[in-house]
Amino acid sequence: MLAPFLALTAKDLKLFFRNRRALLMTIAAPIAIGSFFGYIFGGGGASTEPSRIPVLAVDQDGSTVSREITAALTADKNLAMRTATLEQAREAVRKGKATVAFVIPKGFGADAGRAFFNGAAAKPEIGVLYDPSHGAEMGMVEGILTGHVMEAVSKEMFNGPTGRAMVKDTLAQLDTSTMPADQKTSLRELLHGLDGWNAVRDADTASGRPAPSAGLTVPYQVKTEAVTSGAGVKYNGYAHSFGGMGIQFILFMGIEVGIGLLTQRHTGVWKRLGAAPLSRGVLLGSRATSAALTSMFVLMVLFAFAGVVFGVRIAGSVAGFLGVCAAFSLMTAAWGLLIAALGKTPEATRGLAIVTTLFMVMLGGAWVPTFVFPAWLQKLTVVIPTRWAMDGLDATTWRGLGFSAAALPIVLLTGCALVFGALAVLRFRWEVDG
Amino acid sequence: MLEVTALRKSYGDIVAVDGVSLKAGRGETIGLLGPNGAGKTTTVSMIAGLLRPDSGTVLIDGRALAGDTDPAKRAIGLVPQDIGLYPEISARENLHLFGALYGMDRAQRRRAIDAALDLVGLAERGKDKVSGFSGGMMRRLNLAAALLHDPQLLLLDEPTVGVDPQSRNAIFDNLETLKQRGKTLLYTTHYMEEAERLCDRMVIIDHGKVIADDTLQGLHRLLPVANVLTVELEGAKADGLRPEDLRALPGVQSVEVDGGTLSIGIRDLAADSPGILLWLVEHGHPFSHVASERASLETVFLTLTGRSLRD
Ligand SMILES: Nc1ncnc2c1ncn2[C@@H]1O[C@H](COP(=O)(O)OP(=O)(O)OP(=O)(O)O)[C@@H](O)[C@H]1O
Ligand SMILES: [Mg+2]
Repeated sequence: MLAPFLALTAKDLKLFFRNRRALLMTIAAPIAIGSFFGYIFGGGGASTEPSRIPVLAVDQDGSTVSREITAALTADKNLAMRTATLEQAREAVRKGKATVAFVIPKGFGADAGRAFFNGAAAKPEIGVLYDPSHGAEMGMVEGILTGHVMEAVSKEMFNGPTGRAMVKDTLAQLDTSTMPADQKTSLRELLHGLDGWNAVRDADTASGRPAPSAGLTVPYQVKTEAVTSGAGVKYNGYAHSFGGMGIQFILFMGIEVGIGLLTQRHTGVWKRLGAAPLSRGVLLGSRATSAALTSMFVLMVLFAFAGVVFGVRIAGSVAGFLGVCAAFSLMTAAWGLLIAALGKTPEATRGLAIVTTLFMVMLGGAWVPTFVFPAWLQKLTVVIPTRWAMDGLDATTWRGLGFSAAALPIVLLTGCALVFGALAVLRFRWEVDG
Repeated sequence: MLEVTALRKSYGDIVAVDGVSLKAGRGETIGLLGPNGAGKTTTVSMIAGLLRPDSGTVLIDGRALAGDTDPAKRAIGLVPQDIGLYPEISARENLHLFGALYGMDRAQRRRAIDAALDLVGLAERGKDKVSGFSGGMMRRLNLAAALLHDPQLLLLDEPTVGVDPQSRNAIFDNLETLKQRGKTLLYTTHYMEEAERLCDRMVIIDHGKVIADDTLQGLHRLLPVANVLTVELEGAKADGLRPEDLRALPGVQSVEVDGGTLSIGIRDLAADSPGILLWLVEHGHPFSHVASERASLETVFLTLTGRSLRD
């Protein structure tokens, strides 16, 4: 029984590796799509930069404050800032070349200063032209702008030349103001203090001592860190996407195995196999074995490619990784047999099998990682075999987890392979057609 | 060697095989004849153990096949109607695989493959991919693949279909060689002349039923006429000749007149033709050409069913 089994398995492998074009597609397609998804979803980790939002500034004021603001926007790592005239800015936003344009009007510096100390004074306006198709970025840019304007205006007010003039001005006007007496007193004390502070700083500057920078700043910084279990292990978008696309295309291969068997039913080859003294176990078992081996081969090639080109590492248990790959390969082989057992005609079966596979792949998190799924969907998809495979591959690659994290996926996938296989053997129609 | 009794198989409402019985002794060649859809392939599949009959039995050397792995299957070589080969690998690789399915080791296979390729005249093409073969070459390889394990009973399901006359002759020579080696052949076809050339006995089936099972001579006896005498009259016209006068002559079974050509069915060429020709001359119908032909077995089917074997 062993010799026929080996001969049949070897024949399938030979057919697989001889068909160069199909082989290339089986490997090239997941590499191409995996590279794309990997790049989109975070790529190889540290080296990626967030894309900058294109922004234009129209400075009609030319004051210290307005120049300070444009300089700060230019330095911001979230923005790609350029200056422009009002017409240019309008045109650029309309054409979608810039997401937002700010217009700093004439007299903004002085007006902002007045409004800074006196809420009752008229507030100057910063015109914002924005591309309505980028509403979300608009909110972010507005936040960034507020930070920089506050910083620039307060800095200028607390010790810039405009600020000094403003302080003296406001002090002079304070007597004629309609403000209640107690507030007047407080504000006067504040402004006198500021005046004195400025005098001290001027003396410092004259004597060459470094002046502390002054002005309001956003009082915190955001420090981002992706959380993975091992120290120094970084999320690698390619690790996930290569696993995902590998799983998808290998399941497609499984479909082809099933369709191949269905097609073979109508050929003389099937009769020839049936006429030989072979057990059903040998016939289906050899096909499953060759399918599992080719699936394992494709997974290995894909991860080798991802390792060499994108630096994907098996950061966790290597045995776990291999175990998940092997269990998934078995599951795929059994899936192919099941398709052959349940399918009627090859044509009708292929369409249905492809749609089913795409759903499994999508819900299993092969396209988009399941951690971006809403909570209910994350819970729901734990019943899907591709999810186990994805979780197992994620765990042993970029999450850097040990064998224990792969054990459950391995057990579940193997169990699934057994169930599929048993169903296939039970439901397989052995009789030839005619 | 082979004994088939009252086989029945239906697909839904279609009764594909309806009580077929046949026998083939060791070394005998049996023709299984019938038009498209008669149930030939279904019968062969049941004999080979590929299909479970609804009822009836198949005995090979007096024993029914017991399960998929029954070693008795080694006695059977099946040449399927559809080419049973993997096109993407070479002829030898195909044969190695099929030999291995019967548990032959590498040396045994190599010897059997050389012999089989030699027999079908493909020794030179063994290393070539099957997809590059012509239809006739594939048919021959399809035959070779059934011979490797040296089966005693060969089930040949239309092994010459779609093959040009030259390849057909080559296959026939192969089959005759096998016959001489004492193999038992069940030869399925819808070509009467093929069966006439090769078979000792013929089983004719139609709509799943056996309508005749006889030797060549026996079938010939079923024919209404043994010979057809074709007479071309001078001037190519039969003025004044009444067919019923001819039909009244001894031995004449049928008369057809087509312009100046007479087709006269007779029972015995030697006994009956002189009287007919003499009568024609005496009654003023001189002729320019006379030919005679043995009636073809093709007409047996027509006689039995009122339909032609091939439409
Ligand atoms: N798998 C099947 N399902 C339904 N009907 C079938 C099947 N196989 C055969 N039949 C029917 O059984 C009948 C006999 O078919 P079979 O193939 O045995 O005929 P055949 O004599 O071999 O014909 P041919 O000369 O065309 O090969 C036909 O009516 C055919 O339509
Ligand atoms: Mg047939």
